[in-house]
This record gives sequence, C-alpha cells and structure tokens, in this order.
Amino acid sequence: MEYAVIFLPLLGTIIGYLSKYFGDIASQLLTTLTVCVAAILSLVIFYNGLVYDNYGNYIIFEWIKSGDFQINWSINIDPLSSIMLVVVTLVSALVHIYSIGYMSHDPFKPRFMSYLSLFTFAMLVLVVSDNFIQLFFGWEGVGLSSYLLIGFWYKKESANKAAIKAFLINRIGDFGLAIGIFLIFFYFGTLNYNEVFQLASNFSEKEINFLGLEANLITLISLFLFIGAMGKSAQFFLHTWLPDAMEGPTPVSALIHAATMVTAGVFLVVRCSPIFEYSQFALNIVTIIGMTTAFFAATVAIVQNDIKKIIAYSTCSQLGYMFFAAGVGAYNVAMFHLFTHAFFKALLFLGSGSVIHSMNDEQDIRNMGDLWKKMPFTWIAMIVGTLALTGFPLLSGYYSKDAIIEYAYLSQSSIGYIATAVGIITALLTAIYSWRLIFKTFHGKFNNKNISKSKIKESGLSITIPLGILILGSIFSGYIFKDLLIGKTNQEFWGSSILILKDFDHSLIPLWILYITPLIVVLAIPFSYYLFIKNQKYLDQLIFNNKKIYKFLLNKWYFDEAYEAIFVKPVQKLGSFFWKSGDQKTIDRYGPDGISRLIRNISYKVSKFQTGYLFDYAFVMLLGFSILLTFLIIK
Amino acid sequence: MIEIGLGHYLTFGAIIFSIGTLGIFLNRKNVIVILMSVELILLAVNINLVSFSIYLQDITGQIFTMLILTVAAAEAAIGLAIIVSYYRNRGSVRVEEINEMKG
Repeated sequence: MEYAVIFLPLLGTIIGYLSKYFGDIASQLLTTLTVCVAAILSLVIFYNGLVYDNYGNYIIFEWIKSGDFQINWSINIDPLSSIMLVVVTLVSALVHIYSIGYMSHDPFKPRFMSYLSLFTFAMLVLVVSDNFIQLFFGWEGVGLSSYLLIGFWYKKESANKAAIKAFLINRIGDFGLAIGIFLIFFYFGTLNYNEVFQLASNFSEKEINFLGLEANLITLISLFLFIGAMGKSAQFFLHTWLPDAMEGPTPVSALIHAATMVTAGVFLVVRCSPIFEYSQFALNIVTIIGMTTAFFAATVAIVQNDIKKIIAYSTCSQLGYMFFAAGVGAYNVAMFHLFTHAFFKALLFLGSGSVIHSMNDEQDIRNMGDLWKKMPFTWIAMIVGTLALTGFPLLSGYYSKDAIIEYAYLSQSSIGYIATAVGIITALLTAIYSWRLIFKTFHGKFNNKNISKSKIKESGLSITIPLGILILGSIFSGYIFKDLLIGKTNQEFWGSSILILKDFDHSLIPLWILYITPLIVVLAIPFSYYLFIKNQKYLDQLIFNNKKIYKFLLNKWYFDEAYEAIFVKPVQKLGSFFWKSGDQKTIDRYGPDGISRLIRNISYKVSKFQTGYLFDYAFVMLLGFSILLTFLIIK
Repeated sequence: MIEIGLGHYLTFGAIIFSIGTLGIFLNRKNVIVILMSVELILLAVNINLVSFSIYLQDITGQIFTMLILTVAAAEAAIGLAIIVSYYRNRGSVRVEEINEMKG
C-alpha cells in the first residue's frame, strides 16, 4: 500500500505521457485515477497510523553503500510524513480533477497531466524519505517539475522567464541545503534521519571553523538547511520567484502553493526539528525571517491588482506564519497551519481559476466585479476560502493562525512578543487584502469591456466538485484536527517525529491575545466593505496622498529592481564578457573556427597547384623522376 | 678533322631529347606540337640505341629501333586521331584552353 501511494503518481506520469497517442481523455483519466487512488490509500495509511499506530520504514532497496555509510531508497511512514501524504495526494488529486475542466481548451493536455503527476511523485519522494539524500532527490525533482509547469505555456516569453527565475532562485536555496547536508555528513558521518537526530544533542556545543569564522556546528547546519527551506518556501529575500510563478496555469499555482512545492521548506524545518531545537540562534533567525515575510507579503498583497498575485503573496505571508511558528518552537502548530492552509489556499486558487476561466483568462480584478450572481458557487467557495484564510472564528484558519499567535506569545522571549505583534497586524492586513479581492471581484460594478456580462457562467462540474470538497476541508479541517495536532495530547500523535524541547505553559496566556485576532478579522469585513465598495473616493484620496508608499508597495518593495541592479545586471555583463570575449574571440577564434579556416586556406592553395594544364603535370612528373633518379645515382 | 665518336652521338641524342622535353613544357599553343615533341623524344632514344648498337657491335639495338619506330608510327596515328576527335568536340586544339583537369 505504501509502495502504491508513492509509485502510482509515477506510473501516472509515464502512462499519462505515453497515452497522448490514444487521445487526451485517456491520459486525463489515467493520471487522475492513479492520483486519486494514491489519495485514498494515503488516507488509509493516515488512519492506520492514527488508530493502530501502524508506522514503519519500508526500504525499497539499497542506494549507496560505502564503508559505514549507507543510504536506502525508502518509504518512511511516521506521523509527520503520513499527514504530509494526505495533504499532498489529496490536493493533488483535486487539482488533477480540476485540470480536466480548466485545461479543456489547451492542446497539450497529456503533457500537462503528466507533469502534474510528476510533481506529486517528486513531493511524495521528498516527504517519505528517511535520509537527506533521498530528500534532496525529491527536492530537486520538485524544482524541476515546477520549472516545467511554470513554463508550461512555453510560447509566452514571460512564462519562460518566470520558469527560469523560479529555477535559479531555487538553486540558491538548494545550494544552502546541499552545504547543510555536506556539513552533516562531514561531522556526523551519516545522513539517515534517525542517526543524525540522535547524534545532534552530542554536537550542540561543538564549535567549528567555517570560512575563517568560529561558529557553532548545529547553528551553522540549521542556518544552511533554513536557506534551502527559504528558497523552496519563498521566504524574504528568496521570495521573488513565487509571484512570477503565477505565469503557469492556475491548477499549477494551486498545486505549488497548497501542497507540493512551498510546503517542502516548512516540512524540512519541522522534519529537522531535532537539529533546530539545539540552536536558539538559528531559531531566532527563522522567526525573524518568517515574520518579516508574513508582514512584507501582506503589505504587498494589499495593492496588487492581479487576482492570482494577491493570493500568491498571501501564500508567502502564510508561509511566514508557519516559519515563525516553527521558529518559536511550535513545530506542530506550523504543521497544523500547513495542513489547514493547504485546503483553503487550494480552494482560493481553484476558485480564482474558476473566475479566470469564465472571464476568458482575465486576471485583473479591476476588470471584474459583480460576478456573484453569475457564479454563485464559485462566490461561495471564495468566501469560505477567504473566511478560512483570514481566520474567521470556527473556520480552519482560525484554529491554526490563532494557535501560532498564541504560541509565539507563550515562547516568552522578546522575539516571540514581536512575532505576536507582527502576527496580529498581519492578520489584519490579510483580512483587508482578502476582502478587497472578494469585493472587487464579486461585488461592485461590472467593469469589463471585452466580455459581456451575460456570457459569464458558472464553471463545469470538474471544476466545482473539487471546490466543493475543498470547501468542506476549509471549514472543518481545523475543528476536527485541532485536538489531534496541537491539542493537549498532541505529543502522543507526533511521537518521535517532532522534537520540542520547550515547554509551553498555556495558563500564561492573557485572554485578550486569544480574542483580539478574531475580533480584528471580523471588524475588517465591514471596514473593507466601506473602503472598497461604499466609499471608493476616500480610498482614491488615500492613495493620492500616500503616493510614494503606494508605489513602493505596488512595486513589491522594489525587490525585483534591486536584484536586477545588484545581481542580474553584473552577472549578465560578466556572462556576455565571457561569451563574446572569452568564447567567441578566444576559444572559437583559435579553436574550431581557426583550424577550419587554416585547413580551408591550405587546401585553397593546394588546389591552385592543380592547374589543369597538361604541360604542368608533365613537368612535375619529370621533375619528380629526375629527383628520384638523382637520388638513386648518388646513393 | 675530329673523329665523330660515341660521345658526339650521345650528346646529339641528349640535345634532341632536351628539345623534345622542353617542347612539351614551353609549348602553350598547339597540341600537335606536343605530339611532335613526343616523337622527338622517341627519336632521341632511337639515336642512343643505334649508337650503342654500333659501339657494342650488337645488332639487337638496331632491331629494337625498328620496333620503336613502328610503335611511334602507331602512336602518332592514335595521337592524331585523338586530336582530330578532340577538335571536333571542342572546336580548338589550343593547349591553354585544355584545362578540364583543374582542381
């Protein structure tokens, strides 16, 4: 069963790609079927683990063996990986179903479905690994498939650029991860999770010399692993690829954001909690980066106009929440937020995809409005997603987000208190930008000139069914799983898969912390309604008065421009120097081009020798004969 | 009076041979001249053969000369035939224009 979960998506990838010879329907059905079966099986695995404590490490075969060093291909089922299996396969299955409807006009369906399955497979390999090497394999596989999918519409130049950008920025993160793994191997001598995590506490005091700096080994490893996580999970400084990744088809965005790609970073940090726990410094960095990202992305999301970009930045922001939850030591809460986030983020993306699909690929919310009567089901789905995202009481986001803020406060450090404040402010910003999206898209005046309002209609069944399932998930996943994942008995569930050294004392929490976030979130709804529907003049005035701040936010804090100036331009110059001067003018000139020119010149001269005149040949013949004769006589 | 001996004959043959050879190289005008030069070379060879035949008192050389003359006649006939056919094809027997073998 465990094997089936992992390898069915791979099977789907292969037959999905090959079945392009049998038509689109075959490949869509086959890939969707395999992933759906995998989703059901992973639910069974999760249930078995939960009820019968049925965990284990299934070794597929030995991969690397060199002396004492041994790496296996394995399927490691523990509480952490089983819950990730559920998230990944479930969202992926829904996205597969959704894609059948969404990509109905696309000529390359088999390729698309095959890539989706590959993406799922890579993520599953990453999740069930029992060592860092297999994790790295999955990590790179995820990077590759994201590249393929973001650049799926390869005829669009912007899609190609976005794909390359995602790939390159992920390389930076992968580089950090690779160095982290090297360090672990060098000092620990093993890369299997169990052995590494057992050894971690022994090394907690060890100082090493790294690039001339004395540093704590565990801190260093944690930081490098975190750089890897930052790249994949689009954290501050390495986040720029995520909004651009919206160039891909919407199902891909949903998959990247909800299940397969960005959660890998959070998963890595949680998985490596036995290492992170021994370095307070690294945890503080994680917290700081996390809350910076949460705040930054939320501010940017407020002014964006592209429906998908708003949601993309909101993912960025929510990932920030997960990271600072992990940073204050509440790994289980981070996982819980990842779990609930997967549902409502997939819901939001698929809902926005439904809108985009009905509006003939219109993505600018300024060109929408008043759609709620035309697309009631999508409207409900988006409302539920938004309520869950903002943390409206009793929906899934409420439990996880409030828990994060609560745990940040309970960590009782100054960074924890700052994180609490940032978390509350970001929750407010989240509510504002989410409701702005809803009001601009579904309410107000209809603003689109290209498509008449009467033509807009609700999307088909293959789009609404996944939305329906996700609505249920978004509403109930928080309530049902909160006791299990972060409740009083959560230690029993997580077992040894997460290590938390700190003790959180829940009696210390002041009541206002618990109530302020839901209150803010609820109040934000009428506030946004006033701002974005009732009194738009006031909003325009606000923008006009704070033009600089508005521009600053609209241009995403000028990150792209800064990177362009600092990294891209010099590298481009260096590259073109090596290309033009190094390669073309030196190597080509004296290498292949030079030799070919030399040979051409020589043969040209030799061919001159061939005059065609009989007497010349005769003369040469005679000359040769004379020389031969002379030689023979002298000898 | 100087006595005409073997040396003179050989020198004479060599001169004729050289004229024949040079005729081939220096002639830029007419293919027939080349043919004539080839004849000259053959004659030079004949002179040598006859000279040695007399000098060595051996009749073989002279018989061989007769053979060569016959072959030369045949060769001249064939050569002329080729030239005629060439002329019919190309309308000219100028050596400068015969450079089909040019690379």
